[in-house]
Amino acid sequence: MPSKIPVNAIINNELIQFYCEPRQSLLEVLRDDLNLTGTKQGCNNGNCGACSVILDGMLVNSCLVLAVEIEGKSVTTIEGITPKEGLHILQQKFLEHNAQQCGICAPGFIMAAKALLDRNPDPTEEQVRRWLAGNLCRCTGYVKIVQAVLDAASCLRNSTQVER
Amino acid sequence: MLAFDYVKAHNVKQAVSYLSQRGESARILNGGTDLIVQLQEGSQRASLLVDIKAIPELNQLSYDPHQGLLVGAAVSCWDICQFPAIKKYYPGLLDAVSLIGGVQIQGRASLGGNLCNASPAADSIPALIIYQATCLIAGPDGSREISVEDFCIAPGQTALRLGELLVSVRLPPPKIGGTGACYLRFTPRSEMDIAVVGVGVAVVLSSDRTTFDWARIALGAVAPTPLLVPAAGEFLRGQKTSAAAIKQAAQIAKESTRPINDMRGTIAQRKHLTAILVRRALEKAIGRAQQNDKEE
Amino acid sequence: MIARAPSRKQNHKDKKFRVIGTSPIRSGDIDKVTGQAIYGIDTHLPGMLYGAVLRSPHAHARILSINCLEAEMMPGVKAVITSADFPDLTKQIISLGEEGASLQYQTDNILARDKVLYYGHAVAAVAATSLHIATEALQKINVTYEDIPPVVDIRKAMDGGAPVIHSNLRTDELGKKSNNPTNIASHVQFKSGNPEKGFSQASVVVEREFNTATVHQGYIEPQNATALFSANGQLSIWCSTQGVFSVRDQVSEILQIPVKYIRVYPLEVGGAFGGKNRVYLEPLAALLSKKSGHKPVKIVMSHNEVLTATGPTSASYIQIKMGADNKGQITAATAWLAYAAGAFPGSSVETAAACIFAPYRIDNILIDGYDVVVNRPWTASYRAPGVSNAVFACEVVIDELCERLAIDPLDFRCINGVKEGDQRTNGLRYDRIGFQETLETAKNQPHYTAPLLGPHQGRGVASGFWSNGGGRSSASASINLDGTVNLATGSVDLTGTRMSLSMQLAETLGIQADDVRTSTADTDFIGYTDGTWGSRTSFSTGWAVYEVGRQLIYALRKRAADLWQLPLKHVKFSEGIFTIGNQKFTFKELASRLCEDYPLSVNTSVSPDGVGPAFATHIVDVEVDPETGQVKILRYTAVQDVGKAIHPAYVEGQIQGAVTQGIGWALNEEYIYDEAGRMLNTSYLDYRIPTCPDVPSITPVIVEAPNPGHPYGVRGAGEMSIVPPPAAIANAIHAAVGVRMNTLPMSPARLLEAIWNKGLHSD
Repeated sequence: MPSKIPVNAIINNELIQFYCEPRQSLLEVLRDDLNLTGTKQGCNNGNCGACSVILDGMLVNSCLVLAVEIEGKSVTTIEGITPKEGLHILQQKFLEHNAQQCGICAPGFIMAAKALLDRNPDPTEEQVRRWLAGNLCRCTGYVKIVQAVLDAASCLRNSTQVER
Repeated sequence: MLAFDYVKAHNVKQAVSYLSQRGESARILNGGTDLIVQLQEGSQRASLLVDIKAIPELNQLSYDPHQGLLVGAAVSCWDICQFPAIKKYYPGLLDAVSLIGGVQIQGRASLGGNLCNASPAADSIPALIIYQATCLIAGPDGSREISVEDFCIAPGQTALRLGELLVSVRLPPPKIGGTGACYLRFTPRSEMDIAVVGVGVAVVLSSDRTTFDWARIALGAVAPTPLLVPAAGEFLRGQKTSAAAIKQAAQIAKESTRPINDMRGTIAQRKHLTAILVRRALEKAIGRAQQNDKEE
Repeated sequence: MIARAPSRKQNHKDKKFRVIGTSPIRSGDIDKVTGQAIYGIDTHLPGMLYGAVLRSPHAHARILSINCLEAEMMPGVKAVITSADFPDLTKQIISLGEEGASLQYQTDNILARDKVLYYGHAVAAVAATSLHIATEALQKINVTYEDIPPVVDIRKAMDGGAPVIHSNLRTDELGKKSNNPTNIASHVQFKSGNPEKGFSQASVVVEREFNTATVHQGYIEPQNATALFSANGQLSIWCSTQGVFSVRDQVSEILQIPVKYIRVYPLEVGGAFGGKNRVYLEPLAALLSKKSGHKPVKIVMSHNEVLTATGPTSASYIQIKMGADNKGQITAATAWLAYAAGAFPGSSVETAAACIFAPYRIDNILIDGYDVVVNRPWTASYRAPGVSNAVFACEVVIDELCERLAIDPLDFRCINGVKEGDQRTNGLRYDRIGFQETLETAKNQPHYTAPLLGPHQGRGVASGFWSNGGGRSSASASINLDGTVNLATGSVDLTGTRMSLSMQLAETLGIQADDVRTSTADTDFIGYTDGTWGSRTSFSTGWAVYEVGRQLIYALRKRAADLWQLPLKHVKFSEGIFTIGNQKFTFKELASRLCEDYPLSVNTSVSPDGVGPAFATHIVDVEVDPETGQVKILRYTAVQDVGKAIHPAYVEGQIQGAVTQGIGWALNEEYIYDEAGRMLNTSYLDYRIPTCPDVPSITPVIVEAPNPGHPYGVRGAGEMSIVPPPAAIANAIHAAVGVRMNTLPMSPARLLEAIWNKGLHSD
């Protein structure tokens, strides 16, 4: 039996230690071992973005990161951006705009949108669409997702009271 | 996936040592955006992954007007695209690197990885070729440097020998005055596709900007490896920047191609697109050269 | 209580609603945006094992032997199964008669018996302590095959001399079984009038043939199933499905377990679109669970498996001939459709045949449809199954007729478009429908007259029809003392129908949508309910919900009459208010008074008639790059009659999503095979569904021609808008560059070829 390696990392602002085989992806460990099932498995090979998380400030597909690689690093998942009370502005705007139908892609899109707005608080529609090219949605046709992200961006620019 | 061991190398010597000892079944892990997919699919097997992300020489990213650009093999596409010198002096490289996957891939994939994966359709390689880039390699027998157009020897195969790893890629300092370059590709969707055809073009125009002093054209996805087309560049030297000359260069490039039919494109389509994209790339490179004048 | 809700024609004139027609935030969605929603793939049980499936590398082969010994001995492997582990179904199949074949096909598809019939066909399955071990174990299962040349081309498969895939298959030829072995499973036909005469009366006749490639529903969550087959004989299943009762039925038949022992739990579903009705993994997980010592077993398909081994929709070959007189009246139309069913019979060709000309009043019609088996995965439904292919062909021919007659394409459709009272393909007459309204609305859209601003830009239109569906639904409701209501139905909620049902009940009771808590019950706790397919939920389950609402009102009136000692007729309910003598009460007020001593709950099952069909008319602008064959969608307007939009924002989203699927179908999606019949593009990299920058902001325009067969006028809305896009885009491409495409997808390589053939661009 392949032996497991201990990994220490910060996940959603908490110091976590887990053991894993080198061949286990970060996605697998988050979902199966750490019970953080908010990050979803879609294609599992880097094409759909459903598994998007933020790793040391970078948006990545967690299916293409080996869990052992996050030693000493910081990971944020959808559970990490949801505040204890209320919702993140992106989550709120997704709801207001009915930007989710089946919802399986929603956590990935929200993480991707957060990564965008953290860098570019005033994106154009085209910039939003290009940034989200790595997140597939089959239900919505993307229209309401883009509207939600633009609306969230606007709220963030115009208010300091908003959960970001 | 089949099981493998994982080890992190902290310097080049260590990496070379791991690779040499484990031999054929060792693989280098950088961004993993190609390798992990291949291991899952079973098209690659490994008994050991050597993680090179912590090696300082592989993370260099520097520009010097005399030395040129040095890009460590592990530097991510994202970091490359943010580096101001690249936008200013190597726009063709920026074009190409920014096209490698969506944002999630950009933060992990690297120039080095794109090179070492040696896909005939790799976006970065034609762009490196037009800039006359070289590959700095370290191995058990020491270091060596080869031209980037000699780096890929067959689909998925590089000139790296057992125990060797790509350390960095060097691009010579930009040519003086009247330079323009770009990389264009054709994909069915706006993004997230492998290039059906990729074209890199670099030009240097005469002082009055009406003639080509120098040109270099490289193609992707139309041969077993990315292809430098010396004849097209040779032809353009001394030619006017006219539609006729551009068309002729495009034709030369098209004739040099050896494309195949596969699920991403047909032979006829690839040959045709080569001519179209070479023409468009030359027009854009010329435009950039003229734009540079305005900015100076 | 069982209620049919048939011919109670609803009068929808001037109806104003309080709740229906608003777009409240769906509370169920909060879990989706926080990641707390639980999908089938999230199922996790203590002691769970992981399953993996071994699949055929051949498109057609005989299985000579399967040796599982080495796999079984691997550390961590707890069970290995092949088709030998299935119960013997011979008796059952014989007793089912005609439908017995269907059960055999189902079982054979889940694990191949003596032949593999497509690349990816399941052959064996393993359960182990980790997914990695299970996958490794697959490589230790030794299967020897004898290759058989695959039959893959539809028309070649129909040839008399073609190798036969199922030796016992005989054509169902217009209801009668033929005698010879064949790959043609059935031939259906619709006809009326005299097409030959009709064509002779036409001033223009267009005759064209079309080919469409296989496409997949493309849902993001792969098929998955977790089963726990307990030692006490109870089988519990958590899976990604559109119908929990359907899963229960299928598993019961295939494993020969009485339904009372099977409990299927509904979960959130990460996309389905028709592809998650048939079971693939549930019986495997159940058998592995039993064989591994009654441990829970979870199997999740890889994306590769989803594409190669679930149910894409049919590739097709279609011929259309249509004639019209110089006033633009269609005088005759014929269609010949051959649909690839995949490895077993059952494509949607009959549905396609019934829908292809449905928007038009044509006296002389002949439609022939052929269901053909080929060595490909067994096809399944995909949103308005079979219709997008057929309408692509029909609407492109209509566009050509319009061009030759110099008639505006929307005017042509107005002239020929069906109205209430016209006859349908199935012989019945249309009730109130909204086709003409979609045409008028489309004509008045700013999009239709906006100027096109660049070279190689073009505008195209197309219309379509979808029958929608009825089916069996059950609902139960109980009143809470605070005046809120708990509502349960058996309808799996794919995208938010819980809210639509809450709103329908709220409207009926005169309360807020927020005061209804709607959930999907598992198979132990609700009456039989058909799956969430056919755009039937807001309609059929809406009827069930309406009925329980009426029952609640009636029960409250009776109790009030008792309490106030009044005749029942003096207790009235209207617009949310109970009038008892000279007092008025809201539902909330009465609930607490009348239900404390004696709780109130009701339930019902329905199977309503009065399904309202849908029509749509779409407008699209494209820009073609004639040098590369790339098509950019500039602008898209989708006009669709939904009867009544219960939750308009939700309906808009359905329309936008269906259009986007249609765009992918039109431009890029197709199954690509090598010569040996193996699928090549088995990932989202090369099976190209539209990404965010590929589509513009689609404008959905809701038309409401209320369905008289539903208390609130509902027609199904979810499927219709996948039908017109391929044709609309083909017509726009023609307007842009003058080539008529007759193949789907209209990929850049194909469009380039068409442009070259037309001599529009020299190479």
